[in-house]
Amino acid sequence: MSDIIRVMIAKVGLDGHDRGVKIVARTLRDAGMDVIYTGLHRTPEEVVDAAVQEDVDVLGISILSGAHMTLFPKMLKLLEARDAEDILLIGGGVMPDEEAAALKAMGVKEILLQDTPPETIVTTIRRLVAERGPK
Amino acid sequence: MDPRVPSLELVEPVCAGERRAIARMLSRAEAAGPEAREALDLLYRRTGRAHVVGITGVPGSGKSTLVSKLVAALLESGRKAGIIAVDPSSPYSGGSILGDRIRMGEISSHPSVFVRSMATHGALGGLARGTLEAVDILDAAGYDMVIIETVGVGQDEVDVVRATHTTVVVSAPGLGDDIQAIKAGILEIADVHAVSKGDKPESDRTVSELKSMLGLGLPATGLRRAVPVIKTCSPRGEGVAELLAAIDAHRQYLVTSGEYEGRRQSIRERRMLKAAEQVLHDEFERHRQGRMADLLAELSGASISPHTAARRLLAHIGMEVTR
Ligand SMILES: Nc1nc2c(ncn2[C@@H]2O[C@H](COP(=O)(O)OP(=O)(O)OP(=O)(O)O)[C@@H](O)[C@H]2O)c(=O)[nH]1
Ligand SMILES: [Mg+2]
Repeated sequence: MSDIIRVMIAKVGLDGHDRGVKIVARTLRDAGMDVIYTGLHRTPEEVVDAAVQEDVDVLGISILSGAHMTLFPKMLKLLEARDAEDILLIGGGVMPDEEAAALKAMGVKEILLQDTPPETIVTTIRRLVAERGPK
Repeated sequence: MDPRVPSLELVEPVCAGERRAIARMLSRAEAAGPEAREALDLLYRRTGRAHVVGITGVPGSGKSTLVSKLVAALLESGRKAGIIAVDPSSPYSGGSILGDRIRMGEISSHPSVFVRSMATHGALGGLARGTLEAVDILDAAGYDMVIIETVGVGQDEVDVVRATHTTVVVSAPGLGDDIQAIKAGILEIADVHAVSKGDKPESDRTVSELKSMLGLGLPATGLRRAVPVIKTCSPRGEGVAELLAAIDAHRQYLVTSGEYEGRRQSIRERRMLKAAEQVLHDEFERHRQGRMADLLAELSGASISPHTAARRLLAHIGMEVTR
């Protein structure tokens, strides 16, 4: 109903810094979105709980540790367990095309590889929210 | 959850404390659409139990960190806490980065805690549109204390004061000087002062300055009770129990002094007026669309003043000014 898109971006796992995530946050803010940032070193449970409380349209997770094939399916299950499958899960990171395709088949809405230009992130989010329809 | 679930169907699950329903209802309140009106009215009737506490202070003064510790103490006393963290939106894009959760990691997943971030989206006064409805929702959902965290740098941004039962002003040592605090009217608005970052050596000076300013100001501002000044250090958890005790004591004071009902009534009155203003504003925005072309043409020739044009615009859309 509100036309301002709410996005949560998070990193799960123990890998390092959040420079990339902060750049994405600023890009999305400058595109007029509300961006909730949870900080580093969150568990998948903490991130999904936060996304549920915030009722975000989109949950964007950056995983650079290589654990994406276990973490994304886990997050999908957690969302489902909380009656929150309508939250659109998208992923960022580095992975081969086959793995990205496999994750999308499981229900991750989009995988944006590490060198995705910022405008593409914006247009992808807008498209996914438009496809879902109003809330 | 079905994205289009009717708001009315959310009322009972909200009152039963179901988190997904609470979260969706909060979104509906924030969007302020007509569809949610009736549900919000029903929820309003289920409110009145929560202690509503505002936490304000300049950016970076340590509010979120302190809220997180305060809530941990509240949980120990067996109570539930709802937190609404308000941050300003960018005036350029209308978007916002809401980062208060970064400091609330420890508590935000606790089943007795609900944290919601809200952006001001151009609303003035430090609260977002829908913030007070959000308080209602968390109150109806059974949260014993509802905390609103909002940036406040001066009198212009202290709507939170007029919307809460207890206002805590957080001052960090070395962030704003004392004269600034007097000018900004920060002294008068606090029911409880917290001096954060008590591990910093300058914090003792901030405490004593605040105390002496409060001592001087007491007769002038007509304060009826001594306002406590509490030094806190979030990383060490120092002063947190004292702060919670002072917040609880303030509510007790309101109740025993008979001020509680008066404060609640003035919150209601203010909300009514704010809501009326909002309706006027929305109506104006809706009706003015497409009605300005003639007036803009006249304005560009400078044949009428902007003020006269404004009155004609209002008359045009049926909001005639009679004096
Ligand atoms: N030394 C010290 N630093 C603190 C303390 N409390 C908070 N900080 C630091 O102060 C900075 C700001 O803390 P926040 O809790 O985010 O402050 P805030 O008032 O919520 O900030 P905004 O919401 O951005 O206005 C962070 O770097 C904290 O780690 C404290 O007791 N001692
Ligand atoms: Mg904060």
